[in-house]
Amino acid sequence: MSGVLRERPLLRTSDLSKRYHVGRSIFPAQRRTVQAVDTVSLDIWPGETLGIVGESGCGKSTLGRCLVRLTGITSGSLEFEGRDITDVSQRQLRPLRRQMQMVFQDPSASLNPRRRVGDLLADPFRIHERLSASEMADRVAELLRRVELSPEHAARYPHEFSGGQRQRIGIARALALRPRLIVADEPVSALDVSIQAQIVNLLADLREEFNLTYVFIAHDLSVVRQISTRVAVMYLGSIVESGPTDLVFAAPRHHYTAALRSAVPIPSVDRARRERLVLKGDLPSPMNPPSGCRFHTRCPAATSTCRNERPLLQSTGDGRLVACHHPGGG
Amino acid sequence: MSVDAPLLVVEGLTVSFRSDAGLVRAVAGVSFAVEQREIIGVVGESGSGKSQTLLAIMGLIDSPNAVLSGSIRFMGQELIGLNRRALDAIRGRQIAMIFQDPMSALTPVHTIGNQIGEQVRAHEKVSARAARARAVQLLDAVGIANPDRVVDGYPHQLSGGMRQRAVIAMALSCNPALLVADEPTTALDVTVQAQILELIGRLRDQFGSAVILVTHDLGVVAQVADRVMVMYGGRFVEEGSKGSVFRTPLHPYTWGLFGSIPPMDGERPARLAAIPGAPPSLSNLPKGCAFGPRCSFRHDACLVQPPLVGGNGHRAACALPETSRKRFHTREVASIETPV
Repeated sequence: MSGVLRERPLLRTSDLSKRYHVGRSIFPAQRRTVQAVDTVSLDIWPGETLGIVGESGCGKSTLGRCLVRLTGITSGSLEFEGRDITDVSQRQLRPLRRQMQMVFQDPSASLNPRRRVGDLLADPFRIHERLSASEMADRVAELLRRVELSPEHAARYPHEFSGGQRQRIGIARALALRPRLIVADEPVSALDVSIQAQIVNLLADLREEFNLTYVFIAHDLSVVRQISTRVAVMYLGSIVESGPTDLVFAAPRHHYTAALRSAVPIPSVDRARRERLVLKGDLPSPMNPPSGCRFHTRCPAATSTCRNERPLLQSTGDGRLVACHHPGGG
Repeated sequence: MSVDAPLLVVEGLTVSFRSDAGLVRAVAGVSFAVEQREIIGVVGESGSGKSQTLLAIMGLIDSPNAVLSGSIRFMGQELIGLNRRALDAIRGRQIAMIFQDPMSALTPVHTIGNQIGEQVRAHEKVSARAARARAVQLLDAVGIANPDRVVDGYPHQLSGGMRQRAVIAMALSCNPALLVADEPTTALDVTVQAQILELIGRLRDQFGSAVILVTHDLGVVAQVADRVMVMYGGRFVEEGSKGSVFRTPLHPYTWGLFGSIPPMDGERPARLAAIPGAPPSLSNLPKGCAFGPRCSFRHDACLVQPPLVGGNGHRAACALPETSRKRFHTREVASIETPV
């Protein structure tokens, strides 16, 4: 079956953009907009884990929400298995929701505190499947076991769990209908280090067991490196570099990727310390992005071309795409 | 006091809170010293007691249900039980603190310059004008571009990284001998974190401040600290020089922490060596070694709290003999790390 699916991407975006209006004004000319996601084109293949990294405000979370149509798309298109779903109605989306699910950063905010965990986990079955009460209880128990919790936990409320256990419940809920795709937005960043590792391991196990495709959004590069097969780096709404994980992390070609990579503090006193690239200044405001290459204000290799012309994502021949006029050696 | 005497000496510090479930002990008799110009990294997960230890040093635990005992001596002076006025002469002036969220230290209704100036004038008799000039100088020293413009800006006009820098500028205003920082870079992006960590390193070099840096991130510790203390369940489980703790960690919990971090170089392990279970609840600590229930080396001796012992300034609280721990650690490392 997977041989057939291999021919086309599970999810494809073409020049996908999302703009938000900021502030209110009755005069259209005074309405300001933020281009949170700026003409992103991505193919997500069955079985892969695409990591999306970038700093706060780079649009990675908005992109994640666009991918599962949790938010409207301003322009461009979104296809699921070749079918255009950019503008389909919520009702038409329903059957698709079985196929694509989302896991959120803060499991406490995504679990209703007044309902028992068993009820929360039964919701997807109530909406999408007709099951008897006992069948439903069996499925819930099975789900809990699969995320390494115990079936007795179904009777408890979310507050009775630790942060790590709550994230397991969030994952169980996403898993309930056996989706093809799970978009996980910072699923481990609110957790303690030792718990993070457990959840990363769990996600990797589930991927094997259920043939899942993940989009893994995170700001923590080492976690993204651990779980992703391919990675896309975002800066101010656009992808600046994408490609196989090991290649992008070991030999980044975009100067932003290189800076991000070198800024990660390594927990070792012996590893030869790489030349540290400390970026000047802060992220520019997404409301007023720089001209040309959006990274030129902080880029060590910027020239006048970079100030005026926006570089396009181009293949570098080794399986990756880079948007830079003067790519680094890699 | 002599020049070589430690700046801060904490002995048997215990912080407990009265609750419905009885006395809950957040910090269980910790002892340590901070030398002049030393940067100490305190590592631990939630509930380890690391933040409560800092708050106790700052005299900021004001809950009526808190019970403090032990001793905290700063430059020879006992801080526990000191009255508010005497404490205010030390806090802000000789010991400064920065928090994870810079907005918790800034008011939104005054300009950055006013807030730094207010801090300067609380401890020194200078004119408002001189205080403002000092604020500009300090903002410049922490690497803020256009300090003479930023000084008249309000906190909401600054980015997260700039706010944290402004708070550090405020903390530096009186050249404190000790800077206490609670997860100062956790809320920041990595590229900004790198800038703030450089700044903290420079502080010691330029201002001669000692720093206690609390963090959950061993990478941050590797970058700036001289000495490392690992906390778990309200106690130190390991402490030593950075080189010693990172090269030959002696406590199974420290091994677990290292194994939980995905590597940034070399081959990726199929699975991370995660620590099973979750950090213990302070109201229901296990008997003996608090890490016992999560430790794969647990045995009968672990039911008694092991003392923090070891040679060469590198100590660990573990019931296993040190020689077998060294052997176990070598074996564990070999099984985790694939040769490059």
